[in-house]
Amino acid sequence: MRIGIDVGGTNTDAVLLDGREVLAAVKTSTTADVTSGIVSALEQLQRQRAFDPADVRAVMIGTTHFINALVEARRLAPTAALRLSLPAGASLPPMVDWPQRLVDAVSGRSYLVHGGHEFDGRHIAELDEAEVRKAAEDMGQAGVRSVAITSVFSPVNAEFEARAAEIVEAELPGVEISLSHEIGRIGLLERENATIINAALRELAAHIVDGLAASVSGAGITAPLYLSQNDGTLMDVDFARRYPVATFASGPTNSMRGAAVLSGLDTCAVVDVGGTTSDVGVLRHGFPREATTDVTVSGIRTNFRMPDVLSIGIGGGSRVRGEAGSVTVGPDSVGYELTTKALVFGGDTLTATDIAVAAGRAEIGDPGLVAHLDKGLVEAALRRIAGDVADAVERMRTSAEPLPVVAVGGGSMLLPDELAGAGAVHRPAHYAVANAIGAAIAQIGGEVDRVYAVEPGRRDTVVDAAKQEAVDRAVAAGASPSSVRIVDFDEVPIPYLPGNATRIRAKAVGELQLTDVKGR
Amino acid sequence: MREISLTDLDDLACGAAVLGTGGGGDPHIGRLLAASAVREYGPVTLCPLDELPRDAAVLQVAMMGAPTVMVEKLPSIDQVSKAAQALSGYLSSGLTHIACAEAGGVNSLIPVVAAAQLGLPLVDADGMGRAFPEIQMVLPTLYGVRATPMSIADEKGNRVVLDAVDNHWAERLARSATIDMGCSAMIASYAMTGDQARESLVPGSLSLCAELGELVRRARAAHTDPVDAVVTRLGGRRLFTGKVTDVERRTTTGFARGTATLSGMDEDAGGELVLRFQNEYLVAEIDGEARATVPDLICTLDRESGEAVTTEALRFGQRVSVIYAPADPRWHTEEGLALAGPRYFGYDLDPVGAAR
Repeated sequence: MRIGIDVGGTNTDAVLLDGREVLAAVKTSTTADVTSGIVSALEQLQRQRAFDPADVRAVMIGTTHFINALVEARRLAPTAALRLSLPAGASLPPMVDWPQRLVDAVSGRSYLVHGGHEFDGRHIAELDEAEVRKAAEDMGQAGVRSVAITSVFSPVNAEFEARAAEIVEAELPGVEISLSHEIGRIGLLERENATIINAALRELAAHIVDGLAASVSGAGITAPLYLSQNDGTLMDVDFARRYPVATFASGPTNSMRGAAVLSGLDTCAVVDVGGTTSDVGVLRHGFPREATTDVTVSGIRTNFRMPDVLSIGIGGGSRVRGEAGSVTVGPDSVGYELTTKALVFGGDTLTATDIAVAAGRAEIGDPGLVAHLDKGLVEAALRRIAGDVADAVERMRTSAEPLPVVAVGGGSMLLPDELAGAGAVHRPAHYAVANAIGAAIAQIGGEVDRVYAVEPGRRDTVVDAAKQEAVDRAVAAGASPSSVRIVDFDEVPIPYLPGNATRIRAKAVGELQLTDVKGR
Repeated sequence: MREISLTDLDDLACGAAVLGTGGGGDPHIGRLLAASAVREYGPVTLCPLDELPRDAAVLQVAMMGAPTVMVEKLPSIDQVSKAAQALSGYLSSGLTHIACAEAGGVNSLIPVVAAAQLGLPLVDADGMGRAFPEIQMVLPTLYGVRATPMSIADEKGNRVVLDAVDNHWAERLARSATIDMGCSAMIASYAMTGDQARESLVPGSLSLCAELGELVRRARAAHTDPVDAVVTRLGGRRLFTGKVTDVERRTTTGFARGTATLSGMDEDAGGELVLRFQNEYLVAEIDGEARATVPDLICTLDRESGEAVTTEALRFGQRVSVIYAPADPRWHTEEGLALAGPRYFGYDLDPVGAAR
């Protein structure tokens, strides 16, 4: 058995799974301290389906807590950015493109010292250790508690970041250190931004992770604890302490993956119909397709990989206007005021929910209050909704083959049983806790993303080596070796670089190697 | 437009990406660097080409190397100015104006940096009216203006001045120096008089970039189609709208060559368009027939946002509109085509002007 928990901004959901069978599923409120919400979710699971805590072999938690802390600019540690790049980079210092509000929230300080590599591994300048020491001294005086170190081309050679970390550690014992080559890819400012955000979240991460561990062990569970990452794979508690930034997009990822598993499909479009929008994402072989553009989080440009999601303005609260021949649905919504404004709740605004009730697709509020609606209008509004959602799915589709559609979310009753061009709409049971299920089924991954010099005739060797390294990393992270496979592979030659420089990206995932806790 | 201030830079970068025709490098770093320079030294005066004094001393300033390196080893304001100073020092002639070599991508923004720090006016013009991958591919070459003497500056303070027998040699020698410098350097080249500039440059390019950026921004705000706005302004047309279904890339002698296949959607449903590129888009074929080629502009714009999509960022599943826009007519002369026509890039094709 395993337990999946999703700690969202509003709700904490938990599921108890045996294989892929849902034994129990509960929904509770998220609490300010996070942990008491989890304790209460675990108690409710126990009440719904009694289980022996010793039978639980792993607990997986997905949380939006860290991205929310950044967005709300709270509980961020005083952070310094140390960049090893001089004589390059002085005109664009760390945090140059940050909103001032967030620079202030992390009490951001930046330092530039000599160091860094060229694309081919030569040194731009030798690492100036005296400058690093001097910077560390200043950080100490300023009360910095977390340091982000970024060196030019550290994804090619990380030696300077590692050495600078040793020096800072010796000067400032107890200060948390985050290294950019462990966090991001080529693109200095974006990687540095992600590293600074990670550094600013380290204290909060330690606190939250301790709390999570305590609430799980408090329930008598001794199985290992994992947190889910942006790409739908897991990290252990120790890793989560050091890389809180890796949880940023786990919310939508878990939701999509959970929906897919519930419906038994691994390549599908997932439509999550909420109150204001419908979000459409695509899973290929069980993993969300990633957005290809840089992602801005809270006004900061980063190069995290985030799932590609298309949002359209149709949800349960969408306003419906016009006559049968000219009906519009959304994009504006009554939002959280649905329960006072919608007709079925005695309000005066015609919403998509009223249409669903009038059509007999849902029983919400008082159906008598929408009995007077023109049948032609109701049908036209439903056609409009189905048409817009079908169009969004069509836009996300990337091959000629039909893509099955899985509908989840509170507003999914708005969708028809068949979508034009897509076929049947799957509505899995337990969709309300898809996030927690997505966390529970997450796998272990390993990834390589590096620039290689590909000599003529050696492409296959280089590609094989990159793939093998990704597989080895997955196994080292705890994947069962026989289950590991390459799920994503990409090679992009880099223009104007000599030596057939090619950026190769390989991702491997496998099932978590579950140890039998009971037998230990 | 008579001046470039901080608030103009976003539009300028957005428009420059469009004229980059898939290459030219992501203007993001150029925009940040220009912002930093304008913040420090004040707005840059734009000089319309037809107001340029006949005896003006003009230089083209540009970034040379791999955009991928530039986003990692960030250039500095000084480095850009030093390239210009090294060349004007070698020529021992006063420098009065800065100009752009290309109107597409990062190199629309780099000259803003030099003009700001050196306190010189920037000519509202460029050498191509688009982006091209090699130094000699500018209209001044057609008028006998030499690329060299030219200078190359790295971030360490190294400066090279080279004088080559022709503009092809300039490209070759500058390329090797750039690689030694770590594959991202600043260059100053094509020193010319006001007269030569007025005759050979494409007028109004920076204003055009800013205007394209503004059109895209306004169309998005008004929920109208940004792609239509761009196409109308450029006097071009929309060739195709579709989803990227395949991207194949290979590196040959330092350039990213490849093809992208799009399957049609909306009114193009059922059709197929193939894009062939070498950093920039070179040929667009619909259902096997070439419908647009270099030297004309072929651009991919995000179907929703109107933002330009570069060949490097092109990925499976993207939904883009492919547009055509006519190049400066001088590119369609015999000499122009020899410099940057389809055959120069290895396609045995006569240029196609997107005739229906």
